[in-house]
Amino acid sequence: MAGKEKKESGLWEYSPAPESASIGKIAPKYGLFIDGKFIAPAKGRYFPSINPATEAKLSMIAEADAADVDKAVKAARKAFGSWSRLSASERGKYLYRIARMIQERAREFAVIETLDGGKPIRESRDIDIPLAAAHFFYYAGWADKLEYAFPNRKPKPIGVAGQIIPWNFPLLMAAWKIAPALAAGNTVVLKPAETTSLTALKLAELFSDCGLPPGVVNIVTGAGATGAALVNHKGIDKIAFTGSTDVGKIIQKAIAGTTKKSTLELGGKAANIIFEDATIDQAVEGIVNGIYFNQGHVCCAGSRLFVQESIHEEVVRKLKHRIKSLRVGDPMDKNTDVGAINSKAQLETIQKYVRLGKEEGAEIFQPSCNLPDKGFWCPPTLFTNVSQSHTIAREEIFGPVLAIQTFRTEAEVIAKANNTPFGLSAGVWTDKGSKIFNLTSKLRAGVVWANTYNKFDPVSPFGGYKESGFGREGGLHGILPYVQF
Amino acid sequence: MTQRKISGIPATSPRIDQVGVEERCARFTSRSIKSTTKMQGLHMVLSMIDLTTLEGADTEGKIRQMCYKASHPHESIKGLPATAAVCVYPTMVGVAKKALQGTGVNVASVSTAFPSGQGPTEVKLADTKLALDFGADEIDMVISRGRFLQGEEQFVYDEIAMIKELCGKKARLKVILETGELGTLDRVRRASDIAIAAGADFIKTSTGKISPAATMPVTLVMLEAIRDHYFSTGEMVGMKPAGGISSAKSALHYLVMVKETLGEEWLNKDWFRFGASRLANDVIMQIAKQTTGNYQSGDYFSKD
Amino acid sequence: MARLEVLKTYKIFIGGKFPRTESGRYYSPRDKKGNLLANVCLCSRKDLRESVVAARSAFGGWSTRSAFNRSQILYRIAEMMEGRRTQFIDELIKQGATASAAKKEVDLAVDRLVYYSGWCDKFQQVFSSVNPVNSSHFNFSVPEPTGVVGLLADEKTSLAGLVSGIAALVAGGNTVIALASESKPLCAVTFSEVIATSDVPGGVINILTGSKKELLEHFGSHMDINAVVYQGNSNEELSQLRSLASNNVKRISSYDKDWMDTAQQDPYFIMDAQEIKTTWHPIENIGSEGSGY
Repeated sequence: MAGKEKKESGLWEYSPAPESASIGKIAPKYGLFIDGKFIAPAKGRYFPSINPATEAKLSMIAEADAADVDKAVKAARKAFGSWSRLSASERGKYLYRIARMIQERAREFAVIETLDGGKPIRESRDIDIPLAAAHFFYYAGWADKLEYAFPNRKPKPIGVAGQIIPWNFPLLMAAWKIAPALAAGNTVVLKPAETTSLTALKLAELFSDCGLPPGVVNIVTGAGATGAALVNHKGIDKIAFTGSTDVGKIIQKAIAGTTKKSTLELGGKAANIIFEDATIDQAVEGIVNGIYFNQGHVCCAGSRLFVQESIHEEVVRKLKHRIKSLRVGDPMDKNTDVGAINSKAQLETIQKYVRLGKEEGAEIFQPSCNLPDKGFWCPPTLFTNVSQSHTIAREEIFGPVLAIQTFRTEAEVIAKANNTPFGLSAGVWTDKGSKIFNLTSKLRAGVVWANTYNKFDPVSPFGGYKESGFGREGGLHGILPYVQF
Repeated sequence: MTQRKISGIPATSPRIDQVGVEERCARFTSRSIKSTTKMQGLHMVLSMIDLTTLEGADTEGKIRQMCYKASHPHESIKGLPATAAVCVYPTMVGVAKKALQGTGVNVASVSTAFPSGQGPTEVKLADTKLALDFGADEIDMVISRGRFLQGEEQFVYDEIAMIKELCGKKARLKVILETGELGTLDRVRRASDIAIAAGADFIKTSTGKISPAATMPVTLVMLEAIRDHYFSTGEMVGMKPAGGISSAKSALHYLVMVKETLGEEWLNKDWFRFGASRLANDVIMQIAKQTTGNYQSGDYFSKD
Repeated sequence: MARLEVLKTYKIFIGGKFPRTESGRYYSPRDKKGNLLANVCLCSRKDLRESVVAARSAFGGWSTRSAFNRSQILYRIAEMMEGRRTQFIDELIKQGATASAAKKEVDLAVDRLVYYSGWCDKFQQVFSSVNPVNSSHFNFSVPEPTGVVGLLADEKTSLAGLVSGIAALVAGGNTVIALASESKPLCAVTFSEVIATSDVPGGVINILTGSKKELLEHFGSHMDINAVVYQGNSNEELSQLRSLASNNVKRISSYDKDWMDTAQQDPYFIMDAQEIKTTWHPIENIGSEGSGY
């Protein structure tokens, strides 16, 4: 603690505690999961999926083109008839079965998620995988109760849902998309992100083991072109997309002339606001959890920190002290807090913003960490002396980079917090109840965490205001995007 | 160790959110402590124990047996450290002192109408003086929880300061907050701040007579009070969770908490103690397991 | 000697005031016989811009106003409209309606305001939820207004579509810029005069007249409009609107409805211009069974 910004010399350092990689069985090559079978892509093209912590190749992933996507949509369309006519309680039972089987194989999924995406095993083991299973379990129960969700309405499924998910929570996002779609009687064509396809493909295997009828869920792997083929396919009734605001806008435009429904869960630049009457130590934890969770690869990350001026010095000191105890490195080590950046491209983006932050005059702090030689790494980073007009305070970085600003009054911080095109999430820290409710009602964001941050639950609706997208995932409100009246 | 500087009661203390504290504690317990870290940690734990007996039925014989255990934890394993201290009633300090002569193990005495603290201040002072006269190296006093809960913070502060004055340079003062009777983490934090301001060398969770005794959340809140004091003055204060920590595994998680909250400067018996009676054996068994590779049975370890 | 009728100058309604269009332009809708109905403002994109500024500045106050108060104000609009029934009926007849159809439309518009007045403090209860999360947190979700909303009002009705759209939007706490029926704009202007005397804060409801073809593009592309409600059935218009909406991820709702149908009213019209906000807070759990804080 006394040493200034110097790596402490390890009186009692944690020995490596690696999770066993062997539990994650990964095939050397994966095809496309269409109509209940893994098949080779039409053009026979494959691309590698690598471990971002070692840059070692994990597997070869099929690249789906328009013809493959067409096959998948047709399979989903064919399956829609019998799946939507299946009694709702039976549909629900399939989902229950899926949830349980994910729980049974949780450790295997966690290991693969960490190998493929670079997130710490602690997070994939304690957060991603249990939440994914819980999501299926929650929506399983809705399948035969849908008419209670919409007063005075009779919900019907929409048809075939095209779903495109990001690389930051691969299995969890698949669960967020697939579970409510199936519960409401739709069938699905899902495209995982190209850097993190593996757990979705393992999920496909699990669907087969569960006896899910062929074609109910189809998984097409590939990059942007595959996604575009899915979005533009005429046989799709609905697009659900989670990803960047830029791509979200392209999708919104692409389907403008069609009757396709859509939900978009896009970027964010959340304000996390600390008042002088906050529980400071818990707030510091909330800041850390808000921005360094999952390497900051979180659309709702609390990337803009607003600290009341009277406690700025104290908060920054505690924050610096705290992030020195974060362990950065091997994601498979059970003691790792911050894992690998998901890809080289993302690392370059983050580094660009860190450079911009310095150039624009903000003051950087990074604890010294012994980063591995191979792989993609960024230490937990914070910037002080940031003002509202700095690029790092306006644009989504999607990395472990925090921009700290100060404020004086409630009115000022509400105005600053809302001064962004985004509106996904926000955080408020104060011990005063009436102030919390003032803030939580005035912040224009879909999720507001008061005296906590980055909490997720299947029963809790999630989604954005403004350019952070529309539609909700999770909870009762998460069913609406998958039904029509 | 330099003499603590005394200051007045701080006007306010930080507020505490219980759920946030529990979440942080869950992170400490998810640390995986393996191989050399574990072995090193177990030795550290053993060396930080205040081996304790505080029974109405304590006898001189019982005290002598415990003192032997404290200075020779387990003869068949070489290189084990002695415990930091034994902790006894004032009347037993003389016996313990004699039994521990030349071992380097300190004798700590509870005092101030332990465990309830419901006695006149004069009695508390006399109680403490007696223990000091018998040669106690450390005094574990209890605060007047009743007065604290009545809002008489100045009274509580003054009592601690008087005991501290009595201890002078002779003995280090541990102040027991009896957190199980304080009701909220906000009060734990407030009591910690008062004790530190009044000159406590250590703050200590519990007497062991009230449930709950030491828990990770109360310990974390107290560690944060110590850290905040250090941040503002540069002065270190020690911490002693007592009661309820009986497994080596949980003791290691406490060390993780100290390391990540305060830093490694606190990871020695000068600044961190465990008040425990059963913990030592589990630690020794774990050390034996690490050495031999076999899981151990209690039958092979003395229960003094 | 017959008295010379005093004709009304049909203005537009922005920020609680009645200007003519800044452009100075007008158009002249005519009845079936070819008689001039009025010289109506042909609004420009600048008029739209001014309206958005007014609607944005009114949004904070309107959305945080108590639901009960919003409810009373909507009811007040109905009261004021009731008193002007004959004027609306006359205008509707001028614009080609039969006497009975005109009376039906005015009655329906008044009743619809009363209907949505009632929803102001109730739809939140129907569409909110308390979510039992698997951790020590209190978690609830409530609808909040989307913000500044454009309304491209029904072309076929002069009053029914416009009032249905505005009532649902402002009941939910949004502020509105409505573009009136191009061919039947008279009632919209008179309706704005009703609004002006109904305790509706300036800027909450703004009403423009003019060419949909010209202004639709600007409704779609304006970065400070959060949503647009389109009452109509032109795929071309809708697809243009949706395409432009992607500039700022604007929400587009479209309804091809017969607004004269008494069944075309329900809280889902309100919900289409609502966002769901979810709030979390820890629950301290001390002193109950099994707690050992």
